[in-house]
Amino acid sequence: MTRNAGPGLGFEESLLFEQSRPGRRGAETPRSDVPAVDAAALLGDALRKRAPELPEVSEVEVVRHFTRLSTWNAAIDLNLYPLGSCTMKYNPKLNERVARLPGFAQAHPLSPESNTQGLLELCWRLERLLAEISGMDRVTLQPAAGAQGELAGIMMIRAYFDQRGEKRHKVLAPDSAHGTNPASAALNGYEVVTVPSGEDGILHPDALARVMDEDVAALMITNPNTLGLFEEHIVELCELVHARGGLVYGDGANLNALLGVARPGDMGIDVMHFNLHKTFSTPHGGGGPGAGPVGLTTALAPYMPRPVVEKTAEGRYAFDFDRPHSIGRLHGYHGNVGMLIRAYCYILTLGAEGLRRCAEMAVLNANYLLERLRPAYHVPIDRPVMHECVISDRALADTGVSTLDVAKRLIDHGYHPPTIYFPLIVAGAMMIEPTESESQEGLDRFADALLAIAREARDDPETVRSAPHHTRHRRLDETRAARRPILRWRPGSSSN
Amino acid sequence: MLESIGRRSLSELFAAIPAALRLERALDVPDAHSEQEALTALEALASRNENAAQCDWFLGAGCYPHFLPSAIDTLASRAEFTTAYTPYQAEISQGTLQTIFEWQTMLCALTGLEVANASLYDGASATAEAALMALRITRRSKVVLAAGLHPHYREVLATYLGGIGAEIVTLPRASDGRSQVGALPADAACLVVQQPNFFGAVETLREHAEAARAAGALLIVSTNEALSLALLNAPGEIGADIVCGEAQSFGVPMSFGGPHLGFLSASEKHLRQIPGRLVGETVDAAGKRGFVLTLATREQHIRRERATSNICTNQSLCLLMATIYLALLGRRGLRELAELNLAKAEYAKARVRETAGLTLPLAAPTFNEFVVAVPDSGAAALARARGANMVGGLDLKDFAPELGPAVLVCTTELASKGAIERLLAALAGAG
Amino acid sequence: MAEYEIPDTLRFSEQDEWARVEGERVVIGVTDYAQQQLGDIVFVELPEVGAELQMGDPFGVIESVKAVSDLFAPVTGTVLEINEALAEQPEAINEDCYGAGFLLTLQPADPQQTEHLLDAAAYRAHIQKRA
Repeated sequence: MTRNAGPGLGFEESLLFEQSRPGRRGAETPRSDVPAVDAAALLGDALRKRAPELPEVSEVEVVRHFTRLSTWNAAIDLNLYPLGSCTMKYNPKLNERVARLPGFAQAHPLSPESNTQGLLELCWRLERLLAEISGMDRVTLQPAAGAQGELAGIMMIRAYFDQRGEKRHKVLAPDSAHGTNPASAALNGYEVVTVPSGEDGILHPDALARVMDEDVAALMITNPNTLGLFEEHIVELCELVHARGGLVYGDGANLNALLGVARPGDMGIDVMHFNLHKTFSTPHGGGGPGAGPVGLTTALAPYMPRPVVEKTAEGRYAFDFDRPHSIGRLHGYHGNVGMLIRAYCYILTLGAEGLRRCAEMAVLNANYLLERLRPAYHVPIDRPVMHECVISDRALADTGVSTLDVAKRLIDHGYHPPTIYFPLIVAGAMMIEPTESESQEGLDRFADALLAIAREARDDPETVRSAPHHTRHRRLDETRAARRPILRWRPGSSSN
Repeated sequence: MLESIGRRSLSELFAAIPAALRLERALDVPDAHSEQEALTALEALASRNENAAQCDWFLGAGCYPHFLPSAIDTLASRAEFTTAYTPYQAEISQGTLQTIFEWQTMLCALTGLEVANASLYDGASATAEAALMALRITRRSKVVLAAGLHPHYREVLATYLGGIGAEIVTLPRASDGRSQVGALPADAACLVVQQPNFFGAVETLREHAEAARAAGALLIVSTNEALSLALLNAPGEIGADIVCGEAQSFGVPMSFGGPHLGFLSASEKHLRQIPGRLVGETVDAAGKRGFVLTLATREQHIRRERATSNICTNQSLCLLMATIYLALLGRRGLRELAELNLAKAEYAKARVRETAGLTLPLAAPTFNEFVVAVPDSGAAALARARGANMVGGLDLKDFAPELGPAVLVCTTELASKGAIERLLAALAGAG
Repeated sequence: MAEYEIPDTLRFSEQDEWARVEGERVVIGVTDYAQQQLGDIVFVELPEVGAELQMGDPFGVIESVKAVSDLFAPVTGTVLEINEALAEQPEAINEDCYGAGFLLTLQPADPQQTEHLLDAAAYRAHIQKRA
């Protein structure tokens, strides 16, 4: 077996609360240079009688605790991380360095504009770069993640129809859509209608025409879609929606496949979000923070979230709050600016050729992997793919080994599993996105692992079904967690 | 590689894209920068922003300057945390999962409630999500806001609630800076009150809780200076059903307003209506304790259009920073720090009373932030402070013009006695 | 096709609920097929006693770890009793869906309505058609 994961030092580490000792602490508060006060006299009934029950541990205990915990995580910096649709590409370290510059990290969102010109200029420039890359006219940087971007986009669409006095009630989404699409539409009061994809995995104009009418506000579409396929009929689909007065929302989760190659704005997309933590390499951080700027056409510009950064005739940068048709604020301040800084730096370091190279290498890598895996795995929709490919467990059906088992066995080979059981339209889907960050040798090692697992499924299926075997934890009991939820530590409550 | 997959050129890989859609020119973006060049360019932009590293800082208003212990960035920069994805694969995500479980436990201790989630985007959207939650629970359609809610939070609430046609009612402010409590409309889903409020005033939450209970509405307490939780009553213990807000104060840099750390906790009976991710304890196949994402059927990837929220990506790394921060300070340290913040503010307020030209227009008790009325205009007073290399606070002209010329000043542990004295002199115009 | 227990004594809806007439009341639950499809049940949301259910309308929710499904009333009626034990022991549905894992009992509006539901043979055919 080609393992590149070793047993490591494998430290155990209990919860901080279990290590707590009265009086111990990891940080000292500074000596006070002002007179002490009587909190009870000042606050009266509002004073908290007992301090919150936080753990009491020393600095070295805190440092060891979190250092040990960190070693229990899979991470891009450890190995290829092939989560489909999540774009786990390498996160350049320069971006981390610049985001920590005091002029960024210690700036305040309510400082006067005249004193934050550098940040305003960065936002203004990033908006224009994202607009050029996507072919959209304007971009709002405020949404804090892709899902909040979707929310903003659908809100702008609703505001657009409200302004025109049109009452539309439905939003269309293909059956391969991310779950955030219908959830975002529902938060705007829209009924979500699912459009079936064709046998070839993409959306066809005739299927759309059957459900498209004047009651439809928007079609939400991901391109390339979650099968890694380019929606070849995108222009016709957009025309169909536009002919009935509707708008097209582009889910930009997979924009990395198109960088410098094609632009959603040129396809007829009216509004789209970017996931800076996918396409533009800001770190995923174990689930966030991300950033979800939204690109839009001029027709939707009046509805952008407030405020918008503009450049004045004198060459200064200023917030424009005076936008009477704006959907309003989505964020307490200006969005996840720390992520915007990283993405801006990423675009600067790549340039036009580098951006295009990202897309080309990502697509080449996905197609290469698909060819390597084809002998052992079922390819449900066998067409050239873009940046990710979908295989399934169908060829293993007679072994009793499922997609979940393959995923867990991959962990024993040192890999984070692909996205599994998504998209929903492929039974037992494994959605693999290698990104442009991997070398051919790296891809070969990963493919060899998946091929070895397919062989093992025939020779020794039980070993695959009971994987992982080399992790700190064996398979965790999710049913138990959900049936009787334990969501916080309490003295004496632990299962250990 | 191309040959092995039977293609002749890279452009052939994009055959599925119709020719008319192919971009036949290079993108119009700046030439590729080397690492050194990019750093220089970004340093130039960074140098043009005033920041808390270079001057004395009294501006808060929902985003607070606090001291950041060194261990936070050291630990939170570890690539195993930063370059990991959402912990869906529990066996190889225990680091992130255990951290979230510890955060959930800490937050419950701070808020006095039983359940806390794994973060939301920021305090404003967390407050909006709390209101949406109350609308679902009560099946009512009206959201009542106390006067002291941060104006930006009010705007975000209006944006979020606009999509489902809920009505927002705002109650008036009392003359001492606190929010007036009156009878709520019978169809109110919730009363949202900020503690301490936007003007720094400490609200009498018990009265708000009674008003909410009398109307059959939920009480939502929103806090954006989370440090105050160490010193003020745990809202959950005096009647709050949901406590939410912003935990940036716990070790997260101000970063021009984001990324910060939205949080939400609730009483256990509302567990199924909580938005966002939850981590639960379980055991593995060998009986060993471990942690998993749980109750995922509330979430968008399973329940789709009927999910409790559309949130997916959250603020996990900021949650890590806050958990490290709380672990470092601990039970006693956090309380002491909160007391120090209170003492600084009380010292500053005492000096204001002695300073000709400055007054305290609001009489309510405060935590670490308060309103100072200035002699001429907020802008002029802050300009004098800026001239003395101080960021003196927030001009309230656009937020509360009825107060006349006034500035919202915050004094955390970073504010030295000398700096406070210099600030007040500048605000008064005697500097 | 997997084996499913489909008792001859019960009636079934196309949405995989079963109904058993007991005197003047009707006991409602989900079928063996439904519980196998869902997998380990972790949560059931049921209406309150006294609620009026309308045949074919959703009245509650059943959840496994990674799936959620509506419960549809097989007949119209008033809820007399709900299975309180499911709050603590949702696994009863997996272990004994026709017995201890029942969902609730109804006072039917029309006692004849259960006659219009599928019998065991028809329900078996309905499952096969979907497979």
